[in-house]
Amino acid sequence: MLKPVRMLWAGLALAWSAATLAAGGGYPLEAAVTDVRQLASLQRGARNFVNYCLGCHSLQYLRYSRVAADLGLSGQELRDNLMFTGTRVDDPMQSAMPPEAARGWFGNAPPDLSLIARSRGLDYVFTYLKSFYVDPARPTGVNNAVLPNTVMPHVLAGLQGLRAPAWETTTDAAGQQHRVLTGLRPASGGTLSAEEFDAFVRDTVNFLDYAAEPAKAQRQALGVLVTLFLVLFTVLAWLLKREYWRDVH
Amino acid sequence: MAANTVAPAGAGWLRSFGAWIDARFPMTQLWNEHLAQYYAPKNFNTWYYFGSLALLVLVLQIVTGIWLAMSYKPSATEAFASVEYIMRDVEWGWLLRYLHSTGSSAFFIVVYLHMFRALLYGSHRQPRELLWIIGVLIYVALMAEAFFGYLLPWGNMSYWGAQVIVSLFGTFPLIGDALVEWIRGDYFISDITLNRFFALHVVALPIVLLFLVVVHILALHEVGSNNPDGIEIKKTRGPDGHPLDGIPFHPYYTVKDIFGVGVFLVLFAAVVFFAPELGGLFLEHANFEPANPLLTPEHIAPVWYFTPFYAMLRAVPAFAGTQVWGVLVMFAAIVLLFFLPWLDRAPVRSIRYRGPIYKVALGLFALAFIVLGYCGLKPAVQPFKALSVIGTVYYFAFFLLMPWYTRIDSHQPEPGRVRC
Repeated sequence: MLKPVRMLWAGLALAWSAATLAAGGGYPLEAAVTDVRQLASLQRGARNFVNYCLGCHSLQYLRYSRVAADLGLSGQELRDNLMFTGTRVDDPMQSAMPPEAARGWFGNAPPDLSLIARSRGLDYVFTYLKSFYVDPARPTGVNNAVLPNTVMPHVLAGLQGLRAPAWETTTDAAGQQHRVLTGLRPASGGTLSAEEFDAFVRDTVNFLDYAAEPAKAQRQALGVLVTLFLVLFTVLAWLLKREYWRDVH
Repeated sequence: MAANTVAPAGAGWLRSFGAWIDARFPMTQLWNEHLAQYYAPKNFNTWYYFGSLALLVLVLQIVTGIWLAMSYKPSATEAFASVEYIMRDVEWGWLLRYLHSTGSSAFFIVVYLHMFRALLYGSHRQPRELLWIIGVLIYVALMAEAFFGYLLPWGNMSYWGAQVIVSLFGTFPLIGDALVEWIRGDYFISDITLNRFFALHVVALPIVLLFLVVVHILALHEVGSNNPDGIEIKKTRGPDGHPLDGIPFHPYYTVKDIFGVGVFLVLFAAVVFFAPELGGLFLEHANFEPANPLLTPEHIAPVWYFTPFYAMLRAVPAFAGTQVWGVLVMFAAIVLLFFLPWLDRAPVRSIRYRGPIYKVALGLFALAFIVLGYCGLKPAVQPFKALSVIGTVYYFAFFLLMPWYTRIDSHQPEPGRVRC
C-alpha cells in the first residue's frame, strides 16, 4: 500500500490533470431549461422514467406515494400509470434488476439516479441523454459524447433514431494528432421528431430534478413569502431604531 | 455601584419576584453590566454589526444542529441515507438542513468581516490584546468545528476532503503516520472516524465555542468597545461618570442590531430558499454522491472558507524530500494572527488617522486573501499557481513587515472626541 501522504499527492495530481482535461476539451453542454413547478411536465417525466429508466435505475430515496402527492396523482392513477413492479405505494422506486446480475451484464451496476440532477447537473443529464452516437467498437454499438465509453446502451434509440459522429483531426504544437468530436448528425430517424425528442428528454430531466429534491418547488414558493416578511420586518426595525436614536447626537 | 441600586422594573409581584432572585443571583446586576448600563461608543458604523450577527448564527447553528441530530445517523452505512431522509421525510427537515449548511458559510462570512473590522480600526491594540487572542481562538475552534461537521453528510467530497486534510498531519517527520492513524482511529477514513468526528462536532467543539464566546464578551465588557475613530471614550466622562460619547447598549444597540439582523436574514433567506448550493460553493456537487473510497472526485477542494489556506499549502513546493513545508506555512498563517497586537506599532489605532502605507497594505491584504481563496477553489494550474505564491508571500509580508512599516508610516492626530 502507498503511504497515505504520497497517495494524497498522487490523488491531487490526478484530480488536477482530470480537471484541466475536463476544462479544456469537454463536449459542450446544452441548457436543459426545466421548471419543477410544471406539474404536467413532471407527470410526463415520471411516465418516461418508469417506462425507459426504472428497468435498470432506481430512485431509492423517492417513494411512489410522495410522487403521487407532489404530482397531483390519485392512488388509482399512480397504480395504473407508474407502478408495475408489484411494490406498495409507500415503497421507494426501486429497480427490479438485481445489482449483481447487472454487474455481470454491464461491468457496472447502473447507478441510483435519486441525486444525479444535483451531483452532475441538469444540463449534463440533458445533453448526455441526447448525445449517444453509433460506434461499432463498443459492445452496445453506441458511444456517448458527454461520457465517452459509457456502458449504458442507447435506450431511447427507438425514439431518437441513431446519430453518427463528425470527427475532426487536429495537430497540436508537439506534432501529436488528436481526433476531436465536433458534432453529431442524424443517421436514421426515430418515432419522434427532433423537437419532440427534446421535449421528451426535458420532461425526464425535469422529473429527475424533482426526484433529487422533492421539496424544491415548496422551498421556492415559501422563500417568496419569507423574504417579503423579512423585508417588512427590516423596514419596521429601521423605523424603530430611528425613533430610539432621536436623542443621540 | 449604580448597577446594584437599580431596582427591576415591572408590576408589583414581578418586582418582588425580581428582588427575590436578585437576593440569590446577580440577575439585575448582569443585565445592567452587560446591557442596560454597558456604555458603547455612539459612533459604531456598519462594520460593528458582525459581532452580534456572529452570535445570532452561533445560536442558529446550535438550534438547527440539535434538530438535525435527532434524525441523523453517524454511521458509514446510514449517514448519507439519513441526510436524504432529513431532506425528504422529516417534517421541515430540508429547511433545517439548509439553514445549517448555509449557516456554516454565513458564520465564516460574518467572522471574516468581524476580524477585518479589527484590522480597520485597530481593535486588537492595547488594551484589547487578550480580546483579540480569544477571538482568534474562537476562529480556530470554528475551523475545527466546520472541518468535523463537513465529514458528517458522508458524501464523496466529505470523504476525500477529510482524507486530504487528515493526511496533512502525516507529513510531520517520525510521528506523521502514527499521528494520522490516531486521528482517524483506523487505517483509513471509516465508520470509526465518522463516529468520533460526530462526537467532536456535536459535543466537544460546541462547548469550547460557547465557553470562548462568553469569555470573549466578558473581556470586551471589561475593556470596553473600540470604535471607528480608535479613541478611548472612557477618557471624557460627564458629571454622571458615564462616557460623554457612550450610550447604553440597551436599548440603543439592541434595537440597532435588530435592524442589522433583519438585513442579514433577508440575504440569508435568499440563499436558503433560492440557492442553497450557491453554485456548488456552499454545497458541493460531488457531495451529492455517497462516500466512495475507490472513486476520487474529479477535483478535490475544501469548502470556500478554507481555500485561502489550501492555496498556501499548494503554493509551497516540496523540499528536502518532504511536503511538510506547505503544511507548516499553512499553520503559521493562523499562528501569526495571535501576534498581531504586538506586530502593529502605529501610534494611532484607526485607519482614519493612519498613513498611506497601512491603507495600501491593508487593501492589498484583503485582495490577497480573496485571490488566495479563489486560487484554492481552482485546479493548481497557471495562472493560479503563480497567484497563490504571490498571495502567500504577501500574506506573510503584511504581518512580518508590520512592525517596520507601521512605524515609518505617517499619521494624523486623533480627535479628542468621536466624530459622528
